[in-house]
Amino acid sequence: MSILVLAEHHDGQLAGATAHVVAAAKAIGGDIDVLVAGENVGAVAEAAAKLDGVSKVRVADNAVYAHQLAEPMGALLAELAGGYSHVLAAATTTGKNVLPRVAALKDVSQISEIVEVVDADTFKRPIYAGNAIATVKSADSLKVITVRSTGFDAVGEGGSAAVENVDIVADNSQSSFVKQELAQSDRPELAAAKVVISGGRGMGSGENFKLLDGIADKLGAAIGASRAAVDAGFVPNDMQVGQTGKIVAPELYIAVGISGAIQHLAGMKDSKVIVAINKDEEAPIFQVADYGLVGDLFQILPELESKL
Amino acid sequence: MKVLVAVKRVIDYNVKIRVKADHSDVDLTNVKMAMNPFCEIAVEEAVRLKEKGVATEVVAVTIGPKAAQEQLRTALALGADRAIHVETEERVESLAAAKLLAKVVEEEQPGLVILGKQAIDTDNNQCGQMLAALAGLPQGTFASEVVVEGDKLQVTREIDGGLQTVSLSLPAIVTTDLRLNEPRYAKLPDIMKAKKKPLDVKSPADYGVEVASKLTLLKVESPAERKGGIKVGSVDELVDKLKNEAKVI
Ligand SMILES: Cc1cc2nc3c(=O)[nH]c(=O)nc-3n(C[C@H](O)[C@H](O)[C@H](O)COP(=O)(O)OP(=O)(O)OC[C@H]3O[C@@H](n4cnc5c(N)ncnc54)[C@H](O)[C@@H]3O)c2cc1C
Ligand SMILES: Nc1ncnc2c1ncn2[C@@H]1O[C@H](COP(=O)(O)O)[C@@H](O)[C@H]1O
Repeated sequence: MSILVLAEHHDGQLAGATAHVVAAAKAIGGDIDVLVAGENVGAVAEAAAKLDGVSKVRVADNAVYAHQLAEPMGALLAELAGGYSHVLAAATTTGKNVLPRVAALKDVSQISEIVEVVDADTFKRPIYAGNAIATVKSADSLKVITVRSTGFDAVGEGGSAAVENVDIVADNSQSSFVKQELAQSDRPELAAAKVVISGGRGMGSGENFKLLDGIADKLGAAIGASRAAVDAGFVPNDMQVGQTGKIVAPELYIAVGISGAIQHLAGMKDSKVIVAINKDEEAPIFQVADYGLVGDLFQILPELESKL
Repeated sequence: MKVLVAVKRVIDYNVKIRVKADHSDVDLTNVKMAMNPFCEIAVEEAVRLKEKGVATEVVAVTIGPKAAQEQLRTALALGADRAIHVETEERVESLAAAKLLAKVVEEEQPGLVILGKQAIDTDNNQCGQMLAALAGLPQGTFASEVVVEGDKLQVTREIDGGLQTVSLSLPAIVTTDLRLNEPRYAKLPDIMKAKKKPLDVKSPADYGVEVASKLTLLKVESPAERKGGIKVGSVDELVDKLKNEAKVI
């Protein structure tokens, strides 16, 4: 078996998600190659070569792969896929954008967001907002898979894989990058943070999200949100946790003014410890919370900050 | 410009599902079904493009069982002009759906195809991207804004780090994210009118597409239940529990 892992990277840095995907690849077993595609990605390739278990890093460094647009990325991966039994990527917006194109071009199914490897053909994945876990077996000769990071502990460093160039230059006249507005934050990434504190509609306004800042500072936490808080314009979309947002599983998740709809729970119910702060003692979030505190968040949050 | 919208019949998003006792699948008997919420957003966007004079015709298409006609009638009530039902009682995976949609695209030659970003039953998030690859078209996935500018389409996409804008040549494929629009409700007179709008019924065989998939669903289980915890009486108690019992801070 030989597995090709698509590296996730941003701003010239290898993203943490890749080490989780390599862990999934190790669970499948076989040789693991990592593909780094982008522009000026030398440092990314070096970092990928250090990941434990990687035999080879293949680098496609070309302007056509800048911003990792789906059309050239899909074409590149489809061309490389021929030599592999599995192609894996993180279930990030990049992986989700690109990988189904690869599957379609190779005329195989995609298995999305696996959380467990049963064997090289068989995988577990959540369906229906995580309210059921499906075990699926693929008879396709090539398996195209996205990996949910929370299902696999990241591999460490210690590898020293060979790095080689790939000269395939996919042509792309159909799409072009216009601009990007990325959230600037000194806080840890949502998906990787050990502590996450999220606010919902109960926060009342974007201004009130500042009440979470002091607590997040003290706990080294990332800040998340419910869909309702994003829809209301309190905070940007990249903070949404849930079925159709980000999936997190930190050591500690604190839900503030969030009712606990199944779509929200889908994104956080695998957290180790869950705290809920809500003024409605009947709120469904309390059914999954290890520690529930019933009360007004506007009183509780300042007190919590002062006592941490 | 003709706009094609793909809609899927799925379990209503409010329903808490049950796994069948024999673990063969999720139990859908007597469960409320509805149009996939992301497809509602897709229909709404297409109808708005028509209201703005950008789209000339909106065609809704679904692949699914006989009952999926309900979702097509909903799309027609919301403003689609006509509908295509590719009828099959088989389980249709995203790849087969994409192959059938690619055939419909070939036949209908739309300027724009709008799909949901993900179906909330399988949570696959694949079909639009697969269709784009099969049809050889560019894609703007997870769209929160779509602007037609001549023969180009500007799509603002919800990505993990924030927002990204790409420019695509038309025809193109778009998949919707939650912030693209807020779908309207169908009004009673429109629901009545929708019954008279044209709805073509086809079969996968008409398009020469094999629906069977190489994926087998071996088992469906309930996830590990979280044990309910406790309510604490004060912030002091909470901090104490987190420090000394859970040891997470
Ligand atoms: C297709 C689809 C996808 C979705 N995807 C997601 C997703 O990915 N993530 C997600 O989160 N949701 C998602 N949703 C939405 C989900 O169904 C809920 O609508 C949403 O999670 C509700 O957000 P909320 O809990 O913040 O708001 P509400 O349900 O309105 O709850 C607000 C809570 O705040 C409490 N509150 C109010 N004031 C105070 C106060 N002063 N002090 C303490 N508590 C207070 C209230 O008691 C209430 O429980 C999706 C829905 C659909 C249809
Ligand atoms: N059976 C189907 N019929 C019509 N459209 C579908 C079907 N399956 C998927 N789609 C479209 O593809 C989108 C994404 O679905 P998926 O990739 O399967 O999660 C849906 O929101 C629909 O727009």
